[in-house]
Amino acid sequence: MSAPSGEKLPLLKDGPLALEGLARGLRTLDDMLVRCMRCGFCQAACPVYLATMREADVARGKLALVENLAFGLSRDPDAVNDRLHRCLLCGSCEKNCPSGVRITDVFILARSLTASYLGLGPLKRLVFRQILPRPRLFETLARVARFFQRPFLRPAGGDPRTFSVPLLRPVLGERRVPRLAADPPPGEESLRIPRAARGLPRAAFFPGCVPDKIFPGIVRASLKVLARHGAGFFIPRERVCCGLPLLSAGDREGFLRLVKRNLRAFREEKFDYLVTPCASCASAVRVYWPRFSAYFAGEDLKSLLFLAENAYDATSFLTRVLKADFPPSPKDPALPRVVYHDPCHLRKSLGVFEEPRIILKSLPGHLYREAPGAERCCGNGGSFNLAHYDLSFQIARRKRADLISVSPRVAATTCPACMLQLMDVFSREGDAVEVRHVIELYADSM
Amino acid sequence: MTLSPSLVRDFQKLLGRENVFTEREDLLSYAFDGAVLPPRAPSIVLMPPSVELLGEALRRAYEGGLALTARGAGTNLSGATIPEPGDSAVILTGKLNRILEINQNDLYAVCEPGVVTADLFRKAAETGLFYPPDPGSMEVSTLGGNVALNAGGLRGLKYGVTKDYLMGLEFFDWRGRLIKSGSRTVKCVSGYNLPGLMTASEGTLGVFSRLILKLLPAPSRTLSMTAVYNNVAEAAESVAGIIAGRVLPATLEFMDQKCLKAVEAASKIGLPTEAAAMLLIEVDGFYDEQVRGDAEKIRLICRKNGALAVDLPESQTERDRIWEARRGTLPALARLRPSVVLEDATVPRSRVPEMLEAVGRLALKHRLEVGTFGHAGDGNLHPTILCDRRDPKEFKRVEEMVDGIFEAALKLDGTLSGEHGIGVAKAKWMEKETNRATIEFSLALRGALDPSGLFNFGKKVV
Repeated sequence: MSAPSGEKLPLLKDGPLALEGLARGLRTLDDMLVRCMRCGFCQAACPVYLATMREADVARGKLALVENLAFGLSRDPDAVNDRLHRCLLCGSCEKNCPSGVRITDVFILARSLTASYLGLGPLKRLVFRQILPRPRLFETLARVARFFQRPFLRPAGGDPRTFSVPLLRPVLGERRVPRLAADPPPGEESLRIPRAARGLPRAAFFPGCVPDKIFPGIVRASLKVLARHGAGFFIPRERVCCGLPLLSAGDREGFLRLVKRNLRAFREEKFDYLVTPCASCASAVRVYWPRFSAYFAGEDLKSLLFLAENAYDATSFLTRVLKADFPPSPKDPALPRVVYHDPCHLRKSLGVFEEPRIILKSLPGHLYREAPGAERCCGNGGSFNLAHYDLSFQIARRKRADLISVSPRVAATTCPACMLQLMDVFSREGDAVEVRHVIELYADSM
Repeated sequence: MTLSPSLVRDFQKLLGRENVFTEREDLLSYAFDGAVLPPRAPSIVLMPPSVELLGEALRRAYEGGLALTARGAGTNLSGATIPEPGDSAVILTGKLNRILEINQNDLYAVCEPGVVTADLFRKAAETGLFYPPDPGSMEVSTLGGNVALNAGGLRGLKYGVTKDYLMGLEFFDWRGRLIKSGSRTVKCVSGYNLPGLMTASEGTLGVFSRLILKLLPAPSRTLSMTAVYNNVAEAAESVAGIIAGRVLPATLEFMDQKCLKAVEAASKIGLPTEAAAMLLIEVDGFYDEQVRGDAEKIRLICRKNGALAVDLPESQTERDRIWEARRGTLPALARLRPSVVLEDATVPRSRVPEMLEAVGRLALKHRLEVGTFGHAGDGNLHPTILCDRRDPKEFKRVEEMVDGIFEAALKLDGTLSGEHGIGVAKAKWMEKETNRATIEFSLALRGALDPSGLFNFGKKVV
């Protein structure tokens, strides 16, 4: 896993709510902006550009737009903001950038500046400021949705676990979705193991919102695996969303508030590591939280740095921290094939890509096959999928073509958002491919 | 901007609304390319979804009096795709990106102009064929752009540059009529050599719609080697010696100490940072004896010319490391300062030592940090000036140094640009390299083929 610290981001100084204030705010990014030499190499890596071939959709074009707004060449924050949000924040460009421009950092900060100028909009305000910070309210709403979902779901063909939702078409469009919490949640008794086996660490388990509300099977599998390997663990009761969706929407204030709440929640008990089955949460805690360390002090800062240093996704926790042995299973060509999709937040953000493969290759009931372009973004990008579904789906279709080229029975990944995307595209294209989290497959094999 | 709304609607009807851009923030993203030059936004941007519509869009734009700039990936380093002043349109070839044919019997490819260079390279490689031109931007650059700028790359010494692979092409003239020239045959003398004329024309004569490109059998054996030197002159003499020694390596690259140090600091691959210069050499062919024989010859020549060490790594990983170092040079330099200005003046190979000396002198004189690397075997060096484009005083010194580099290159019987193009950046220097009559001849040619002066008018020859 790459170093958690990275570079710290500067404290942003929001000006008054006037265009000049926004421009002044953006000019604090100038030292990062000037490094882009406009070589255009980002075009080769950008999933959105490869779908649209538009310069305003690729990093070079967006960096130029931010610069234009900062220096008065553009005076239309709305138009710049629209284009800034046509980005998955997948980091593919940054990996490919010869001059090392911190592209995702620039975009995140620029989005937060344009959002404080333009406002968030009522729906985002409601979700980010009223629901996500209140775990009990969030859970109640999820229960209500689970209770009433059945009449809305229509079997969709393809994977039997995905459905179309014709009655909600105005909201969900053509999307195919899984049933909320189709798998039973973990039993009450399995939610904590107070003490680890001798010499083994104790983990604070952070399920992530999507596993928590949609895929409880991932939570159950993770806890089973932790228990079998002798690790102790607990789930912080007062935990909230990691904040990444807010950061990507430009709600810096809401993001900081969630981080602060989480920092307190993690002080409930003593532990050695934070473990999560969600690639995005792992990346948030390890990479994005410390970027904003300038906004924290005292106990909070200490917790934040401790968590950043010690946060692991479930697969690297098993292989690196617990040093569990995963001997490759015999390669029987008759076994159903499993293929792996690299979530951007795990591979590009944290440099984790061998760990999940080591686990998959050890499964006795599956034959691992590497897909071409496994590291390419699936096009979900969280809110990107909500705002730009057609584009998102177009990118997903390319991902699907890569995955099915090795004829898999199962497509595995380590990011619940990627799972939603893959389920959608397989279902709409009529592929009988099951989408599972690596940890679920491992837990099944135990 | 007085682009008429009816013309805009016309384009929208013709190409589809999604292929016509008029919002200022979209236009601004086409105001620049890879050159360090002031941006200038066009009035409209057109992305024809098919070659037929390209011709029709071109005709209407020309009739409507729009200054036209065709743009592939927009990676060139001379400002050749920066839009023209006044009412102007940028025409994108991004959606014309089909490889129409790879002919394995007659060894050629037929491509639309928006095909990415590396995609053709990979597609050809699938069948054991080889498309040699490999400009640094090949992962994103388009073949249309490569032809319009006559792009070079690392393999120029043995394999030549883009012009050596263009067998034929089709393009639209100012009336939107399709012009066909060249052929799928090895030999062809029908009509004027229009492919030759269109190569390096930088969008001033027409817009390409189809390219026929030569392919070669892919060499099955390659060997890479490095030679390390105490002083730059010995490295340069080795280059001259290799060429005089009748060996033709596929690649013969040079890196000075500044580059070695920058790459080593960035990626720690064990480069000799004490050395004044290093040569990176690759020989290729189809037989072990031939390739090994060439490598041995080169080793002896380098030693005779003072190389401290000549290394011929056996393992693929070590070979990869050599080329990783070379590819990592510009990125590593770029990380030292906010901006880089990459120059491209080229001299006859035997004058490379003098050119290197001149660059060193100019860097001192203008108090600038410069790293030099490049295609020594082609006499094509890339002195790279590290600066901050926000500092007007420093940038003025950069511009003076660039002028100095041109002057030095011309004095050494060289040329302004080996492969980056003339664009807007170097047009004012053209007369110095040639003479007034040449400029007037070129302008007369342009006048006949672009009567309204709308094809990338401020570029190339002014």
